Amino acid sequence: MGRIVLNKVSKSFGDTEVIPPLDLTIEDGEFTVFVGPSGCGKSTLLRLIAGLEDVTAGTIEIDGKDATQVSPAKRGLAMVFQSYALYPHMTVRKNISFPLRMAKLDKAEQDRRVERAASVLNLTDYLDRRPGQLSGGQRQRVAIGRAIVREPAAFLFDEPLSNLDAALRVGMRLEISELHERLKTTMIYVTHDQVEAMTMADRIVVLRAGHIEQVGSPLELYHTPRNLFVAGFIGSPKMNFIAGKEAEKHGAHTVGIRPEHIMVTEKKGSWAGVVGVSEHLGSDTFLHVHETGLADTITVRAGGEVGFRHGDRIHLTPRDDVIHKFDTGGLRSE
Amino acid sequence: MATQQSRSAARIMLAPAVILLLGWMLVPLTMTLYFSFKKYLPLRGGDLGWAGFDNYVRFVTSSAFWPSIQSTLIIVIGVLLITVVLGVLLAQLLDQPMWGQGIVRILVIAPFFVMPTVSALVWKNMFMDPVNGLLAHLWKFFGAQPVEWLSDAPLFSIIMIVSWQWLPFATLILLTAIQSLDSEQLEAAEMDGAPVLARFGYIVLPHLSRAIAIVILIQTIFLLSIFAEIFVTTGGAFGTRTLTYLIFQRVLESQNVGLGSAGGVYAIVLANIVAYFLMRIVGKNLDA
Repeated sequence: MGRIVLNKVSKSFGDTEVIPPLDLTIEDGEFTVFVGPSGCGKSTLLRLIAGLEDVTAGTIEIDGKDATQVSPAKRGLAMVFQSYALYPHMTVRKNISFPLRMAKLDKAEQDRRVERAASVLNLTDYLDRRPGQLSGGQRQRVAIGRAIVREPAAFLFDEPLSNLDAALRVGMRLEISELHERLKTTMIYVTHDQVEAMTMADRIVVLRAGHIEQVGSPLELYHTPRNLFVAGFIGSPKMNFIAGKEAEKHGAHTVGIRPEHIMVTEKKGSWAGVVGVSEHLGSDTFLHVHETGLADTITVRAGGEVGFRHGDRIHLTPRDDVIHKFDTGGLRSE
Repeated sequence: MATQQSRSAARIMLAPAVILLLGWMLVPLTMTLYFSFKKYLPLRGGDLGWAGFDNYVRFVTSSAFWPSIQSTLIIVIGVLLITVVLGVLLAQLLDQPMWGQGIVRILVIAPFFVMPTVSALVWKNMFMDPVNGLLAHLWKFFGAQPVEWLSDAPLFSIIMIVSWQWLPFATLILLTAIQSLDSEQLEAAEMDGAPVLARFGYIVLPHLSRAIAIVILIQTIFLLSIFAEIFVTTGGAFGTRTLTYLIFQRVLESQNVGLGSAGGVYAIVLANIVAYFLMRIVGKNLDA
């Protein structure tokens, strides 16, 4: 149904190459997340798949058919935009049924599909309102409703949650994951938020400057990042990188150790340091440790109850089995 | 901030402007009202006393009244149609990225800066002249008989001239409206399978409706009082006598100030009725 294959796809705007030739296969029914810092080309890649931008070279295949020159409407994909892009002068019902009206479906079928989408998305009571009278989360659901009534081969989400407040974002994240479980349709989701990527994806594609840095399941990326960039991007707080003598001890140019893999003790430990700012989250405490002689700051995750204060001297012990080693080129060595 | 002292100071400083504005509006208005109830013929005896509603009755029962209303409406509606339709299309066109955008936009707005008298004269002598006009040459080039624009199609000619003047205004307002349209909406419509014309009809036009209402409102108010274009081209002949022009003729050509003033009061009432309805339309648009 929704297998998408990118074959040597590249995109340039004028002289600047935004996406160098790139190969990627998205399997049918898979929830794929494109993640990367802003300006990495992830949105452009999504727009290429949608057909809103023309590829400079290469081919895009959808369901085994070459769709490179096919217009966006005929690719059978539905997109949810960051700004929701609802039609402000139409009611929710008209918004959701718009693609069906454009496809000239008969009225009864239109109504049936709109009712079903509305009940799935809890919008039944709002069908006669206009987008301006809805909250952010409801607007988001209308945008998703407009996408699902088309019964597309794949859904494309372009940072759909970035305009919502934190609590709503968590809620909508669950709803979208739930929707994917129910529909089993291919979904491609673009975000710069690695938490969204980790929690929702079957497979994550990490992008930097148009290059694919690594493709894999969330835990693969977490446990075996292919290079320094992926190691630093996936995981929160960021992985600590240590170069120099300490790294040489492990036979690498740089070693990376995640904050959750370092033990904090008051007395004895491998490294000594001074506590800087500590962020208390209740369940955890993130300690920013300075003067270790290893790096500017080492971030450590400790339990919620630790009572270290600014300026306290402490000791750190990394778990040796989960140290990531990288060579001079920044690639994982092992 | 608003202490007793600063408030009275503010009042004193505002006073000149307010008095000037009030005087500017009230003095002519009361004079018009005053004269409309007078039998006042400057060259034929001057002030001949009160006339009651005589002037009002005579103005509407004269054979020139209804034709003048008709030509006023034809001109106003004709110009509105042309400027709004062409304005929407031009705005669409100017919204496309192109080389020399800034210069093109300045050129498009240029006709608005030309004085009405001047532009009407330019049109009359350089374009519509049946012997030397550019249009006459064009007609002759294709072997056709040149049209005597101002006598054969006088209303149409005036509509053209006035439309040319007001098209930039409509275009400019509509262009800014088009630029405020969220491009993601158009892309969403494209993904939803709407072809170009449907996107225009379902997304762009509804988005422009408010701007179109504003263009219609403002233009109507100004178009009801066009005068120079008629004065320098047909001089009110060939059925181009609008209400404004009729009033002018009553006062200056017939030297009947009372009768003209009564016509002026009718024009004020008419303009206010139009403004009231248009305001309601715009208001409704602003609510939605």
